[in-house]
Amino acid sequence: MKSILFATAAATIAFVGSAQAGLLEDVKAKGFIQCGVNTGLTGFSAPNDKGKWEGFDVDFCRAMSAAVFGDADKVKYTPLTSKERFTALQSGEIDVLSRNTTWTFTRDVNLGLEFIGSNYYDGQGFMVRKDLGVKSARELDGASVCIQTGTTTELNLADYFRTHKMEFNSVVFEKADEIRAAYDAGRCDVYTTDRSGLAAQRSLLKAPEDHLVLPEVVSKEPLGPVVRHGQSEWGDVARWTLYTLIVAEELGITSANVDSMKSSKNPEVLRLLGIEGEMGKQLGVSADWAYNIVKQVGNYSEVYERHVGVNTPLKLERGINALWTQGGLMYAPPFR
Amino acid sequence: MTDNSFVRTESHPDLPPPVRHTGIIRWMRQNLFSSWFNTFLTISSLYLLYRIVPPFLEWAIFSADLSGSTYQDCTSGGACWAMVRVRFDQFMYGFFPTTERWRVDIGFLLLFATAIPLMIDGIPGKKYLAIFVFAIYPFVAFLLFHGGFGLEIVDTAQWGGLMLTLVLATVTIVVSLPLGILFALGRRSEMPIIRMICIGFIELWRGVPLITVLFMGSVMLPLFLPPGTNFDKILRTLIVMALFAAAYMAEVVRGGLQAIPKGQYEAAQAMGLSYWKTMGLIILPQALKIVIPGIVNTFIALFKDTTLVLVIGLLDFLSIIQSATTHKNWLGTSTEGYVFAAAVYWIFCFSMSRYSIRLERKLDTGHRN
Repeated sequence: MKSILFATAAATIAFVGSAQAGLLEDVKAKGFIQCGVNTGLTGFSAPNDKGKWEGFDVDFCRAMSAAVFGDADKVKYTPLTSKERFTALQSGEIDVLSRNTTWTFTRDVNLGLEFIGSNYYDGQGFMVRKDLGVKSARELDGASVCIQTGTTTELNLADYFRTHKMEFNSVVFEKADEIRAAYDAGRCDVYTTDRSGLAAQRSLLKAPEDHLVLPEVVSKEPLGPVVRHGQSEWGDVARWTLYTLIVAEELGITSANVDSMKSSKNPEVLRLLGIEGEMGKQLGVSADWAYNIVKQVGNYSEVYERHVGVNTPLKLERGINALWTQGGLMYAPPFR
Repeated sequence: MTDNSFVRTESHPDLPPPVRHTGIIRWMRQNLFSSWFNTFLTISSLYLLYRIVPPFLEWAIFSADLSGSTYQDCTSGGACWAMVRVRFDQFMYGFFPTTERWRVDIGFLLLFATAIPLMIDGIPGKKYLAIFVFAIYPFVAFLLFHGGFGLEIVDTAQWGGLMLTLVLATVTIVVSLPLGILFALGRRSEMPIIRMICIGFIELWRGVPLITVLFMGSVMLPLFLPPGTNFDKILRTLIVMALFAAAYMAEVVRGGLQAIPKGQYEAAQAMGLSYWKTMGLIILPQALKIVIPGIVNTFIALFKDTTLVLVIGLLDFLSIIQSATTHKNWLGTSTEGYVFAAAVYWIFCFSMSRYSIRLERKLDTGHRN
C-alpha cells in the first residue's frame, strides 16, 4: 500500500516536472517568487513586528528575487512545517524551499528534489554548565542529557555515546522551551541540539556566561535551499544566487561599497557586477543581477551578521561557516 | 407583705446564636472544616493558592513590563507584555494588509450586530435577520475578506491570527450543523443506499484523527491534483474540517432523534404529514432541543480544534503567537504568548457555554419528570 502511494506520488512529481519546464519564465511571468520558509525559527525565519518575514533563510529568497526581478521584495512566503515542506515543493505550491533543510542522500535522490548547495553548516553539539569542569564531550560518561523527543538529535546522541562506549540518561521533552527550563533548573547536565539552536537557547538562560558549548560536533547538518528536479535553469539561478552571496564576501563587495566597486580593477568583480561579459544573459536574468543581490540584500557575511551573528541574540561565531580563505567551508566556484 | 421576690415580666431578649453557628464561621465550619479530611484539603488548597497566586500576580501584573520594543527592554523580571502589545494587531489580523484591515473589522462587527439580536428574545423582524445572517452574510463576508468588486484582493495566504481562527470556526460551525442533521436523518432513513452512504461517511470521518485528515488535505491532495491547479489551502482546510465536524454533529443529533418516543412519529404520520414535515415540524424541534449541550460541546471542541491547523503551517491565532516568540527580538516571551492565547480562547469558549445554558433554560418547556 505504502509503495503504491509513493509510486503514484513519484509519477505525479515526474509529471509536474515535465509540465513546467521553464519555471524561470513562469516565475518572471507571474511576477513573484513563492518561497517556502519555516513557520518560526529564531534567526532563520520569523515574522517581524510589521508582519514581514525576516531571517537568514528569508534573505536567500530575497536575494533570488533581486536577481530575477531587480527587486528583493517580490517574494510571497509560504510558512511550512517540516512535514509538508517537500510536498509543497513537489506539488509546485512553492518555487523554492529555503527552510533550514538538511541535505541528505535520500532527500536529494529519492524525493525528486535538488539541493543547490549549502548556505549554513550546522551540526549537533552539547552545552554544559562551566562549573562541571567538562572540556570535551568525551568526558560526558554517565551524564543526564536533555533532548527533544522524536528528532534525529536523539539518534545521533545514542550513536555518539555508543561509539565511544559511554552511558547516558536521556531526559526527554516535547518543546525547546521546556528543555531550556529543565536544563536551567539543573534537571540535566547536558543540553543537546543543533549548535545554532543551542546558541539561541543559551542566550535565554538565567546566566548565559556560566554555560559552555563543547567543541565536538557529532552530526553533519548542511542546511540549504532546495528546488525541484528537472528545473535546471531555475536551479542555476538559485545556485548562483547563493554563490554570488559568498563570492561577494570573498571579493570584499558589500551593500555599502558595491557602487564604487563598479570601477574596480579586478576583472572578476567587473564580470560579477555585469560591467563586462554577459553572465546575466547566460543565466537568463538581467546583466546587473549580482549587483542587485549585493545592493539590496548584502553579501554572505552581511546576511549572516544581520540575523545570526555575534551581535544578535544568537551570538553565533562564523565557525565552519567562515570563508574557505579563513578556515571555513564557504567556497564558491569561480565566476568566469 | 412586701414582695421581695423578683418576677420578671418581660422575656429576656434572644441571645445571638453562638458565634460558631452564625455567618461566616458557620459557613466555614460546614463547608471547609466539617471533617478532618476536609480540613486537611482546605489547608493544603490554601497553601497551594498561596504558593501559586501571589507569584503569578507578581509576574503577570506587579512587575510586568508593558512597554518596550524588544525582549531586552523588559528588565523588571516579570511578564513581558510589551510583546503582546507590539504584536497585538498581528495576532488579530495576521498578515492582512494594514490599509485593508477595516474590512475585517466591518465583517465581524456586521456578524455580531446581526447575530447577537438573533439570540435575544423579543426583537422584532428576526426572520429577516436570520435570512440575512445565513443567506446573504456569507457572501458579504467573503467579499470583505477576500476582495473583489472594487475591493483589493487579499490572498488567503495573508489571512492569519484571530481572524483566521474565527473564520475557520464560524464556517465549520455553520456548515457542519445542517450537514450533520442531514447525515443523522440519512442514517435513520429507511432507504438502504442512503443509509449505507451516511453510515459509511460518518464512520469513516469519525474513525480518523483530525490531524490525519488535515495532513491528507494539505499534503496528499495536492500531489494527486493536476499540476497548476492551485486549490486554496484555507479552502481545503475548511472543507476538511466542516466534513469532519459534520460527522460528529450527525451522531449528536442522532442521539436526540433516538430520544423522541415513537408515538411522536406515529402521531405525525396519522396526521398525514409528509416525511419532511414530520421531521421539520415535530421531530427535529424536539430532538435538537434535547441535544443542545451536545451540540455546544461539539462547537467548543471544534473551536479549540482549529488550533490543529498549525501542523499544516496555517498561522492561526495560536501559531502566529508561537511564530512571534521565535523572532530574535522576542525570544524568551513564549510564556507570555501562551498565557495571552489561553485567556482569549477561554473568553470565547466560556461565552459559548454561557449562551448554551441560556438557550437550554429558554427552551426548557417541561417534559422533565
